[in-house]
Amino acid sequence: MQNNGWDNFEIGAMLRSFDGAVSDIATTLQEDRPYSKSNSFTASVADWRIEKPIFNKDYCIDCQFCWIYCPDISIISRDKKMVGVDYDHCKGCGICVEVCPTNPKSLLMFAEQEDEDKALAGWPEKEKKEN
Amino acid sequence: MADKQELREVEVWDGNMAASQAMRQVQIDVVAAYPITPSTPIVENYGNFLANGYVDGEFIMVESEHAAMSGCIGASAAGGRVATATSSQGFALMVETLYQASGMRLPIILNVVNRALAAPLNVNGDHSDMYLGRDSGWIQFDAYNPQNAYDLNFIAFRVAEDHEIRLPAMVHQDGFLTSHTAQGVKTLDDDTAYSFVGDFKPMNDMLDLDHPVTHGVQTEEDWHFEHKARQHHDLMTKVFPRIEAAFDAFEKLTGRRYNIVETYNTEGADAVVVCMGTSVETAVEVSNELRGEGKKVGVIGIRVLRPWPHAQIAEALKGIKAIGALDRSSPNGTFGMLYNELAGTVVNGGENKVLTNYVYGLGGRDLTKVHLREIYAELLANAEAGKPTTPLQQLIGVRGPQISFH
Repeated sequence: MQNNGWDNFEIGAMLRSFDGAVSDIATTLQEDRPYSKSNSFTASVADWRIEKPIFNKDYCIDCQFCWIYCPDISIISRDKKMVGVDYDHCKGCGICVEVCPTNPKSLLMFAEQEDEDKALAGWPEKEKKEN
Repeated sequence: MADKQELREVEVWDGNMAASQAMRQVQIDVVAAYPITPSTPIVENYGNFLANGYVDGEFIMVESEHAAMSGCIGASAAGGRVATATSSQGFALMVETLYQASGMRLPIILNVVNRALAAPLNVNGDHSDMYLGRDSGWIQFDAYNPQNAYDLNFIAFRVAEDHEIRLPAMVHQDGFLTSHTAQGVKTLDDDTAYSFVGDFKPMNDMLDLDHPVTHGVQTEEDWHFEHKARQHHDLMTKVFPRIEAAFDAFEKLTGRRYNIVETYNTEGADAVVVCMGTSVETAVEVSNELRGEGKKVGVIGIRVLRPWPHAQIAEALKGIKAIGALDRSSPNGTFGMLYNELAGTVVNGGENKVLTNYVYGLGGRDLTKVHLREIYAELLANAEAGKPTTPLQQLIGVRGPQISFH
């Protein structure tokens, strides 16, 4: 697409989502979809982010709240098991952290430059109920 | 399946009924419309056809003309044959969406019953709304009478929906003078009319679920210019050959001949007026009378306003010494559009022509035969002198002292 002149792209301010025909796309996993180059899935918006969510699987109960609430389909879940965060499309809004119900939370926001191993090593302890 | 109507060979229709009958006969999938004088009867008649089982498509009643064209754009992108109608203030409200329709290359047909633009509020015919649409990227056909309004709808659908073209088209007719004046209209039977336009062939339609598309994308300085260049290129190079082919096929079918530029009495003419709409017919009558008096005067009628028929008009004006550009829209601070376009067309032709501008008929003010005789007399004097003998721009038919400029 980058090399196209005015005379060799399709008319109509129109972009194709996929290369060629697709069928049953709703049940096809993202990694198996034939996304076209012009599909926004192929673009990274990682640099929009100031803070990023880091996932700690030790506390996750696979409730899928983060997957449901994520506005950018950036929580990767397979067979109802939380896998991780799609850092190409996550914009760092923090909603996944907000809705995480575990104690301590299984997702927490860190500075974009934070090292993941360091973040996991310093994960907070379970909070005691105050009576 | 829609019921068919048996039409007489000649029906007595006004321009509005002619347009709505053509819309019925091509079996439109979606009409989204909001009524406005004087185009209201087009969608009113069409709604009547639909309610009585003569149309299979959908009629969407919306809250404004902006919504009407937006609904048409959605339906067209979804993959249907789409049309609507409007006038004047409604057209003005549609303008934003007109550019969307053409940029998205959606072959919507818009019947525009030409009417003045407020203020002051006025429901009668002039060409202000037609002029307002001239940079919107649509094809613009101009009807001079109800027969034209009927015929040009079929031409418009056939050209616009061609996959090489995929551009929306307007069919213009004069408010009241054409839209509400009943005349004999030669009809096509339903099957013949439908097959002239043919089945709608979708392209990049959103309802093709195996090939999902995003319509109406955003492009900034990186790609916007290429899209606009492509659209302009297609308007400049592809549209006229398809219109010619459609006119030829239509003549073969009906015997009625249309031309991108209509010429009357131009053979050996010294002076011509260039005009649009019902004024063409009045001017033809006057030029016939003057020819009978030995005066070499003719008429050029613009049949297709956009794309601008530069080459065809240059050819038609060859050897003609004086041209009167008749503009039925207030230029509001410059020359009339036809004057400016014609100036651009003749300036490099190498012939010395005298071009003057007449602004007439605003808000439905009559253009009389007496006016045209006066105009022709001035144009013949210009032709004789080889230079303007009058001011370059004159307003005709206005009360009070004569208004002219330059």
